[in-house]
Amino acid sequence: MKIVVLVKHVPDAASDRSFAADFTVDRAAVDGRISELDEYAVEQALQVVEKSGEGEITYLTMGPADAGDALRKALSMGGDAGVHVVDDGLHGSDALATSMVLAEALKKLEWDLVVCGMSSTDAWMSVVPAMLAERLGVPGLTLAGELTVDGTTVTIRRDGDDASTTIVGSLPALVSVTDQTGEARYPSFKGIMAAKKKPVTTYTLADLGIDAAAVGLGGAWSAVESATKRPPRAAGVVVTDEGDGGVKLAEFLATGKFI
Amino acid sequence: MTEILVLVDHVDGAVRKPTLELLTIARRLGEPSAVFLGSGVANATETLGRYGAAKVYVVDAPEIDGFLVAPKAEALAAVAAQASPGAILVTAHSEGKEIAARVAVRLGSGIITDAVDVDADGVASQSVFAGSFLVTAKVTHGTPVIAVKPNAAAPEEAPAAAAVENVTVAFSDAAKGAAITAVAPRAKSGRPELTEAAIVVSGGRGVGSTEGFAVIEALADSLGAAVGASRAATDAGWYPHAFQVGQTGKTVSPQLYIANGISGAIQHRAGMQTSKTIVAVNKDAEAPIFELADYGVVGDLFNVVPQLTDEVARRKA
Repeated sequence: MKIVVLVKHVPDAASDRSFAADFTVDRAAVDGRISELDEYAVEQALQVVEKSGEGEITYLTMGPADAGDALRKALSMGGDAGVHVVDDGLHGSDALATSMVLAEALKKLEWDLVVCGMSSTDAWMSVVPAMLAERLGVPGLTLAGELTVDGTTVTIRRDGDDASTTIVGSLPALVSVTDQTGEARYPSFKGIMAAKKKPVTTYTLADLGIDAAAVGLGGAWSAVESATKRPPRAAGVVVTDEGDGGVKLAEFLATGKFI
Repeated sequence: MTEILVLVDHVDGAVRKPTLELLTIARRLGEPSAVFLGSGVANATETLGRYGAAKVYVVDAPEIDGFLVAPKAEALAAVAAQASPGAILVTAHSEGKEIAARVAVRLGSGIITDAVDVDADGVASQSVFAGSFLVTAKVTHGTPVIAVKPNAAAPEEAPAAAAVENVTVAFSDAAKGAAITAVAPRAKSGRPELTEAAIVVSGGRGVGSTEGFAVIEALADSLGAAVGASRAATDAGWYPHAFQVGQTGKTVSPQLYIANGISGAIQHRAGMQTSKTIVAVNKDAEAPIFELADYGVVGDLFNVVPQLTDEVARRKA
């Protein structure tokens, strides 16, 4: 079985993130890392291969040169190869362009299963997996809290607000997995050393046959008009409970007409 | 007047509140039409009309509930192709965003997700980077597809005809690839929906156990509130994951948020810091949650919260 896992290099969510002058995410100002939620996708792909006893995993990313770090991180956890779509023309691409580029890259690769994280930890749109399934015309089994692959059958459990649903599809298919699928493994020292020798192929827009006008800021179908730092919340009142904390709190709530 | 499509979020025809908010927002942009997918429209037309739906497009086919997301997207795209609307609004929960994503691809349209407001010019506001920035953005190509978060507007009645129009959709094979083979409904708590509630009472690591959540639930019930939990509490298995407030759970923006035994890690703050009023109870005076709180009590939640519950009951009596 051949699996492609999508990974994204993002600004560390724990850092002070901001926007560049063109309203794109300022990726230079803060440290980057593999999107934490993509590590769950890597883990699930590795488990699918381990359980079936055979398989090949390729990681695919799109982004500037630094995004190669996300591929190396994933490769240090396991898997076989990386593919990096890198081109200056991609700067500022929206989710539609991103999904188009990734779909074209996937068309050049051989795969039975594509595994994505539930969301990136920078934009948080959670739309690229659905867009990819739509573009590729394959079953989209999204937001899996549990994933099993048996032969050519993919089964997931999707936990919604009203119900937990079992969903079944046939390979080739695309899945996205949530943080409920189980903790991702830490790379071993051996894994980190091995990752350095694993092959990473780069594609440019021209390699994928994509017109630069269709992607990047110029090709985006939505535009950010302003980005304003939210003022910090005004400092409130903090009291120490001396046996009447609950009563004092009730008084505050009554003043706000909540009771 | 420009027609604005609103995808109806419903359970067997019972219309959920965010849809009424979407109808209210749609009236700023043009004349709202509802798009109702699945069965039970007879239960929905009165409500949809009361909140301003001039038309109700209905696609009632077994594919809608038999497969995951894709048939709903095809149905909404088919209605859009017929109606040529000025914009399409959907609720920004996980299914709504996936439908919006697929519709945007199908129609060749720009998409904005997680809008917390949309003005008459179609400019959407979004809260980004864990709530630290407010961004305004606009779709510049095609029919704007906008996924709007619950609580983005107060629903306002504006009676309209709600004329039902049935639409037949020929679903593609590709839309029938992910079959729903079993549905296990969750037990109903009887409390308001977490993302829709005016008041949310949450518990975190400080609650300490499944049993500890009884005091959180008791306070919630005294206030008619929803119950939430931090990731620490859901990962520990003390409360179901569906109630997690935070980046990998739900984003809430209620009138009042009461955080109990929650330190206020960025993962949690991202899910609640746009709440109108924030109250915190925590043993640790240094907990970052107090930086956000309009009112904080440093103390043991197992003393403070039951006392508050009793006091709420006394004042309501």
